[in-house]
Amino acid sequence: MTRRATIGVVVLVAIACVLPFVVSNYRTFQLTLVLVYAIALLGLNILTGYNGQISLGHGAFYAIGAYSAAVLMDRFGAPYWATLPAAGAVCLVAGFLFGLPALRLEGLYLALATFALGVSMPQLLKYHHLEKWTGGVQGIVIAKPEPPAFLGEAGLRMNSDQWLYFFALAVAALMFVLGWNLLRGRVGRALIAIRDQHIAAEAMGINSALYKSLAFGVSAMYTGIAGALGAIAVQYVAPDSFTIFLSLVFLVGIVVGGLASISGALYGALFIQFVPNVADEISKAAPWAIFGLFLIGFVYLMPAGVAGAVRTLLVRFTRKGAK
Amino acid sequence: MDAFIHQVLSGLATGGIYASLALALVMIYQVTRLVNFAQGEMAMFSTYIAWSLINAGMGYWPAFLLTVLFAFAVGVVIERVVIRPVENAPVLAIVVVFIALLVILNSATGWIYSYTIKTFPSPFPKEPLFGNKYMSSHELGAIGVTLVVLVLLYVFFRFTPLGLAMRAVAQNPESSRLVGIRVGWMLALGWGLAAAVGAVAGMMIAPIVYLDPNMMGGILLYAFAAALLGGIDSPGGAVIGGFAVGVLENVLGAYVIGNDLKLSVALGLIIGVLLVRPSGLFGKVNVSRV
Amino acid sequence: MKSKLVPIAALFAAALASPAIPAQKKYDPGASDTEIRIGNTNPYSGPASAYGTIGKTITAYFKMVDDQGGINGRKINFISYDDAYSPPKTVEMVRKLVEQDNVLFVFQTLGTPSNTAIHKYMNMKKVPQLHVATGASKWNDPKNFPWTMGWQPNYQTEARIYAKNILQTKPDVKIGVLYQNDDYGKDYLKGLKDGLGDKAAKAIVAEVSYEVSDPTVDSQIVQLQASGANVFFNVGTPKFAAQAIRKAYDIGWKPVQYLNNVSSSIGAVLTPAGLEKSVGIITTAYLKDYSDAQWANDPAVKRWESFMKKYYPAGDLNDISNMYGYTVARTLEQVLKQCGDNLTRENVMKQAASMKGQYIDTLLPGITITTSDNDYAPIESVQMQRFNGKRWERFGEVMGN
Repeated sequence: MTRRATIGVVVLVAIACVLPFVVSNYRTFQLTLVLVYAIALLGLNILTGYNGQISLGHGAFYAIGAYSAAVLMDRFGAPYWATLPAAGAVCLVAGFLFGLPALRLEGLYLALATFALGVSMPQLLKYHHLEKWTGGVQGIVIAKPEPPAFLGEAGLRMNSDQWLYFFALAVAALMFVLGWNLLRGRVGRALIAIRDQHIAAEAMGINSALYKSLAFGVSAMYTGIAGALGAIAVQYVAPDSFTIFLSLVFLVGIVVGGLASISGALYGALFIQFVPNVADEISKAAPWAIFGLFLIGFVYLMPAGVAGAVRTLLVRFTRKGAK
Repeated sequence: MDAFIHQVLSGLATGGIYASLALALVMIYQVTRLVNFAQGEMAMFSTYIAWSLINAGMGYWPAFLLTVLFAFAVGVVIERVVIRPVENAPVLAIVVVFIALLVILNSATGWIYSYTIKTFPSPFPKEPLFGNKYMSSHELGAIGVTLVVLVLLYVFFRFTPLGLAMRAVAQNPESSRLVGIRVGWMLALGWGLAAAVGAVAGMMIAPIVYLDPNMMGGILLYAFAAALLGGIDSPGGAVIGGFAVGVLENVLGAYVIGNDLKLSVALGLIIGVLLVRPSGLFGKVNVSRV
Repeated sequence: MKSKLVPIAALFAAALASPAIPAQKKYDPGASDTEIRIGNTNPYSGPASAYGTIGKTITAYFKMVDDQGGINGRKINFISYDDAYSPPKTVEMVRKLVEQDNVLFVFQTLGTPSNTAIHKYMNMKKVPQLHVATGASKWNDPKNFPWTMGWQPNYQTEARIYAKNILQTKPDVKIGVLYQNDDYGKDYLKGLKDGLGDKAAKAIVAEVSYEVSDPTVDSQIVQLQASGANVFFNVGTPKFAAQAIRKAYDIGWKPVQYLNNVSSSIGAVLTPAGLEKSVGIITTAYLKDYSDAQWANDPAVKRWESFMKKYYPAGDLNDISNMYGYTVARTLEQVLKQCGDNLTRENVMKQAASMKGQYIDTLLPGITITTSDNDYAPIESVQMQRFNGKRWERFGEVMGN
């Protein structure tokens, strides 16, 4: 990491820690969702941005993660924090297994397969043989986590929204650091090599099949952990929360945020959290039309995503500074 | 047995729906090597234009013709105005523009025309042909129209210089430009033609499913699956794919796994086929050279 | 803090006094001398955006109320957000309404999953979740959820009424059910089974579901015909219900048809399906249907029509959702009138729960709104009716629980 980047991250974390004490609980809740989406988008970016495998169905993994958490808490009385690793593990396996046959599919065909997964997921969640766990069409209501007692004893007064935010922040920080380590190293280079020149990559001795299915698994794991965290924040899961539009919104998020960019996940999360609200403020008559215009506008102005634009700006800024 | 025949024939009728939109997807793919997710919404919007014209007192066929021309123009304009500026952006950025078009058209149509379903007239007789009770005249007629469009597309791409030029553009834009093909215009024309084919599909589908802004949501997915099953570069394959999906779905739903999972299982099977035959049933096998 | 100055005895008196007696003005967040802030979420975008018209009608209605001077001199500030029919978004928007916009209460939030998502939150915060736009039965649970109230007759009750009618009229019954595979469809199915009691297993010969993503329900209708059913219970939303009616007729299947109330509009369902194909269909209703000729000269429907033309010209007159939105908005207007100057959340709930046979003239004759401390189901009765090819013919008594 360059010094500038280190300073940037430190400032960002500092701001992130102060924010919930400055803004309202409702805003804190929104920011928690931003963190959740950022983790999910980072997951999708590992697969689609870095490894070049398109997924139009990542909402399905988000749903699996969310339901894993909800079922564990509701049916088995698991504590909320313990559901995250469990949801991650379930999705890692699910993603890996889905990634195996998907190895044979490329481009459009993979798009169809993942799209099909995204479309089928709500129906599987409603399936009557699974009803005793999933709650069928009614979904599952779960309890909101309270801040742990030791915080209060230590003199730190927090309400449950703030606590949840910090919990999400810690998880997000952990996931981003792990992702950063993974993607900046050998693995990341291998993933990119496979995306750009898969034959050359194989010739160099990269086990393309293994990396690709692992990318699927890890990507699903990230998105699944985000799903679990999202379920805890919203305190409710239902098939209607995970329609195909969720998957499309994730895709929109990584493209607008910046493909193959770690910071892009954060920009994308901000976009998918706040731009629909802005569209709704502008027009009740056709909010989606406004949202669509925003999308086109972003792609026009920043074809490499917000992260790409920020990078370009920084370069320009540094050059000017150097002169 | 009667019920089984009925399910199969009714599957053919819905298959015809998928086939007609699948043709539009194949059309756009032939020229741009992209699948336009907004194709269904463009067709839906064109169908509303036809509905407005007919409601304003125009006859069916003049309205039909005018709508096809209108759709063609809209397709060309969308390519020139919306797609052209992002031509060189990453593929996924273009996919996002498609999603944007989808939501804009869907939302704008709902705003203009409201979401209540509307009946759309059929050009075919009211009474079923030969007094059969399995398929309405419109369903048979729609299949006929789809087949006519298929033949037209086939002839167009095989035998007309324009069609050949378009295919050339899709396969190798650089070389096409060198031999004097105006690549930009070919792309715009391709968009126009796909939109026109989509408009025909919309006007054939609407009498069956009713006209509403969300009418293409499910159909697009099936059409996409059908096109890939048949082979995305083969119009004939797409139509056969459409029928196959329609029948498969009905038989699975009625006899094998029930209605609540038929979509998931049908899609699973299609993906299974694609694993074995990655280029679809009738598509050309792509060999990439290193 | 005015209330601190008021002696406790007076507080009790105010709580017990009828609203007609001018009491000390009392306000919770969202209410003041000049304004009442009301929150709402509706799907203006997304797959369920067809229902967004309800939110638009209500917005238009309160615009009209404001133009006419508001309620008890206070303007209505109706804040409605888009939740795209996605429960997480509903949670977010409702929290915005309660915590940031400081609304007095939320009203007509739409959808069973969306309302389930905020159910606990509203009751924990003690903010009324009033007249929710869903027909699930769980909203009538004042013991556990004293801050949540439904409005329309619930799906299960309606289905039980059909079951009763089926048992009375057809002894050798074989029922085929078409239902949407979600909470709405399953509620109807459950109600039907409950109503049939121990006869259910034998009487229902086929239950087939469809997904909203299905292009048509033709295959399902063929399945139902093949099952040999002689009664068809059609639990579809307008588009699918219309497809089902048309297909059943076209393939020569002639069962006795029961149609769920959600799709009972002549203009939006039976006309597209074909009026001649709809003859004999039985349904229940509680609202006057504008597209039904028998209400053509009804003064209440006329008033509604002129309201629509002036305040919501983009709204489709054939869409019964717009009549629904208007009627529920008028119910709320009545509640707020009753609240008088005591605009606390507690009093809003109390007044909403003390409607005694209130009639709103866009409801069918004989259908009234009654609530109490242990009855949080405002409209419980429905009227059976049969389609004669031109209009609905009401028959039998107004039926309830």
